[in-house]
Amino acid sequence: MSWYKPTDVGFSARRQLADLGQGARLFVRLLFTLFSSLKRFGLIRDQIHFLGNYSLAIIAVSGLFVGFVFGLQGYYTLQRYGSSEALGLLVTLSLVRELGPVVTALLFAGRAGTSLTAEIGLMKAGEQISVMEMMAVDPVLRILAPRFWAGVITMPLLAAVFSAMGIIGGWVVGVLMIGVDAGSFWSQIQGGVDVWKDVGNGVIKSVVFGFTVTFIALLQGFEAQPTPEGVASATTRTVVVASLSVLGLDFILTALMFTI
Amino acid sequence: MQRSKNDVWVGLFVLIGAVAILFLALQSANLLSLSFQKTYQVTAKFDNVGGLKPKAAVRSAGVVVGRVEKMVFDDKTFQARVTLALESRYAFPKDSTLKILTSGLLGEQYLGMEPGADDKVLTAGDTISSTQSALVLESLISQFLFSKAADGSADADKTKK
Repeated sequence: MSWYKPTDVGFSARRQLADLGQGARLFVRLLFTLFSSLKRFGLIRDQIHFLGNYSLAIIAVSGLFVGFVFGLQGYYTLQRYGSSEALGLLVTLSLVRELGPVVTALLFAGRAGTSLTAEIGLMKAGEQISVMEMMAVDPVLRILAPRFWAGVITMPLLAAVFSAMGIIGGWVVGVLMIGVDAGSFWSQIQGGVDVWKDVGNGVIKSVVFGFTVTFIALLQGFEAQPTPEGVASATTRTVVVASLSVLGLDFILTALMFTI
Repeated sequence: MQRSKNDVWVGLFVLIGAVAILFLALQSANLLSLSFQKTYQVTAKFDNVGGLKPKAAVRSAGVVVGRVEKMVFDDKTFQARVTLALESRYAFPKDSTLKILTSGLLGEQYLGMEPGADDKVLTAGDTISSTQSALVLESLISQFLFSKAADGSADADKTKK
């Protein structure tokens, strides 16, 4: 493979395009599985348990510490301008609008996305997926769809937990430790945060990230080379591609939602 | 559908997520304060609304009695026409005045309603005409500078004589 031979360049461009097309087709297929997988909700429930419950601790603790740091840094900057009462508003808006959905998605990609990719990649390496196809069981419907919808359901819940824990963390540092007035801390938040514009758009963001991260993890696992190295590199790609897509998508979503 | 012990844990997880969303909605965004009170609409004309925003509070004696609904520019009078939604349980005299005030030094702007003495009360569709515009810092400074300059020239005239 060399970049100056036209045939090689053409071959790799074709392969990239084919990968993209395959990914898009899988995504559309997964979208259409919504009703048939809701009929077997037990499968989704087990995946929510695996993806959600086991991620809860890392998400809650990270949220709390991000809130602590925000409380300290925000107070340091705001008290220069004599407006340390706005600390609550600063913490809440940054968490609800941006950090909650984005950091949750990044953590989710690392905590749950990798395990999805590795699981499916190893199923493929062990030829379990081929066996299912032999038995006329659709692996997309039986294996991918429950994980996909579980990820989509789990992400907004985790993001909400992250933001709520972050606000509590900001409150602990700001009000309990530094001594910002509790009344103005909450009233600034309540005056400045809009339910639909801020909280609602944050939830929409986290749903979009749920689709993105879960789908990328499943795709990388499903398309992995069925070898130990293949599974390893697929797991790495999951983290890299998912993180970059989340950050890129976040910019686009923010530009769409919060301008004007 | 068979029940497994996962059910309990998943239920707990979903419950925690729901509580978090509820916390965000109620505690931070104060969904409860969105009043479902019946309101009546009154318009007011301002020369300058400054930084007033839709949904800003209308306060009388410091208590929120309504919200700013929308603000449009009137190209007949070249004024801002502000529509207010006042809560129906409060009645105000027809000659009440409105002021644009600021809460705190850097706070949000809101409308202050000062009741008049008229026997008749404001009803839906009425217009409040006695209003006081927002303070615009630039015009305040330029007024100050002009008056200084006027003083200075007056002093100069005195010394000439």
